[in-house]
Amino acid sequence: MLKYKFDWAIVLSGKYFDWLVSGVKVTIQLSAVSIVLAFLLGLIIAVMRMSKVRPVRWFALGYLEFFRNTPLLVQIFFWYFGSYKILPTVVNDWLVTQNFEFASAVIALTIYTSAFIAEDIRSGVLSIPKEQMEAARSSGFSFIRSMRYIILPQAVRITIPPLINQFLNLVKNSSLAMTIGVAELTYQARQVESYTFKGFEAFTAATVVYIAMSIIITVAVTWYSKTILSPLRAR
Amino acid sequence: MVLGLDFHVIWDNLTYFFIGRYPHGPLGGVGLTFYLAVVSCILSFFGGLILGLLAISRNRLIRYPSEAVIQFVRGMPLIMVIFWMYFLYPNLMGQPMPESQTVILALTFFTSAYMSQIVKAGIEGIPKGQTEAAISTGLSHWHTMRYIILPQALRNMIPSFVNQFVSLIKDTSLAFIVGVSELTQVATQINNRTLIYPTEIFLFIAVIYFIFCYAFTTLSRYLEKRLAWAKAI
Repeated sequence: MLKYKFDWAIVLSGKYFDWLVSGVKVTIQLSAVSIVLAFLLGLIIAVMRMSKVRPVRWFALGYLEFFRNTPLLVQIFFWYFGSYKILPTVVNDWLVTQNFEFASAVIALTIYTSAFIAEDIRSGVLSIPKEQMEAARSSGFSFIRSMRYIILPQAVRITIPPLINQFLNLVKNSSLAMTIGVAELTYQARQVESYTFKGFEAFTAATVVYIAMSIIITVAVTWYSKTILSPLRAR
Repeated sequence: MVLGLDFHVIWDNLTYFFIGRYPHGPLGGVGLTFYLAVVSCILSFFGGLILGLLAISRNRLIRYPSEAVIQFVRGMPLIMVIFWMYFLYPNLMGQPMPESQTVILALTFFTSAYMSQIVKAGIEGIPKGQTEAAISTGLSHWHTMRYIILPQALRNMIPSFVNQFVSLIKDTSLAFIVGVSELTQVATQINNRTLIYPTEIFLFIAVIYFIFCYAFTTLSRYLEKRLAWAKAI
């Protein structure tokens, strides 16, 4: 049946192992940078989404709907191939001196993920009793300050499990960056396959790494919900 | 001309964007995107139903392995699943498979794992009293599931299924990777041919995807509201 000769040594040591390891590093870098930026952007969008000023709210709503309902791959292509026509020249000039593939992937992943994070934060905020906001406002806090000092610190704590899940999605989504030539894990696995024809070993190695990351993240969420969140809720 | 963008390139290639070379050649563009999404959606509905039922089985020998499969697939990026299918099938079967079928298989396998979570949650959402009542009227475990629980649970799941369909429409864009000429592939082809309109082309297909996905997202929200209302009375 299988006329395939396994050669695990190829991905466990030497040049190809180094490629895969560098791929893992890039995947982690890409996801880490994007999750931090996406969190900040998501926070801003979430606050705008709850603003009393209509145009601000509508802008945030349009942003959320547009980026959630468009494929990430198309967004990556848009930023990589097409952004030069709409970005200011200064930004373009700066971007091409950087690692442009990596930068486009970060922009696309950040914007895509921020739309999902914003919704997670919003549902976290909505789960905080309305009286908290009313109390804050009536003791003289402005809307932004009540958000900043009263509501968000509580909401973010509740939002951490979905946020970690978004991070898991982000790690998986970062594999799409291979299409524009960012040398992350999937890209390197593909590369090893083309150089050695040992696709089975290369893909297995990459899959094992992805699964390991997802297990770690899932365990972290479960631990957090059990030991930190449940006691808080019970109080 | 908006923002110095020139949308002539869209107008000139409009039929190519929507149906590819059909009827003189294979279906492509938006048509193929929809074909891939609909076929994989139907297949993964059944896949998810079976996997979901296995995952709530009372027999541990069935439950644990199916849980493991579900977690395994959910931990993997879709792109890896597509590569696995693309690479493994010819090696196992000794003959290649058309790319679009590879993608349908990969999407089905991948989405079934997510659908199974919906099925699981849907079944667990039905009050326990229903099962107890059915069993005490003499129905077998399987008949209870088939005639009492599933008809109610499936109705509650419809909005989530529609959401999953939206994800599928977005995920079909990955068929680009193995050269299936769906909308994203068609767009890159046109981009490679014309070279100077990438912004216009990718903006256009983003809007196309958005219109379809948003329509279904809205439908799902509407269904959710109607279901909540139907339950309230």
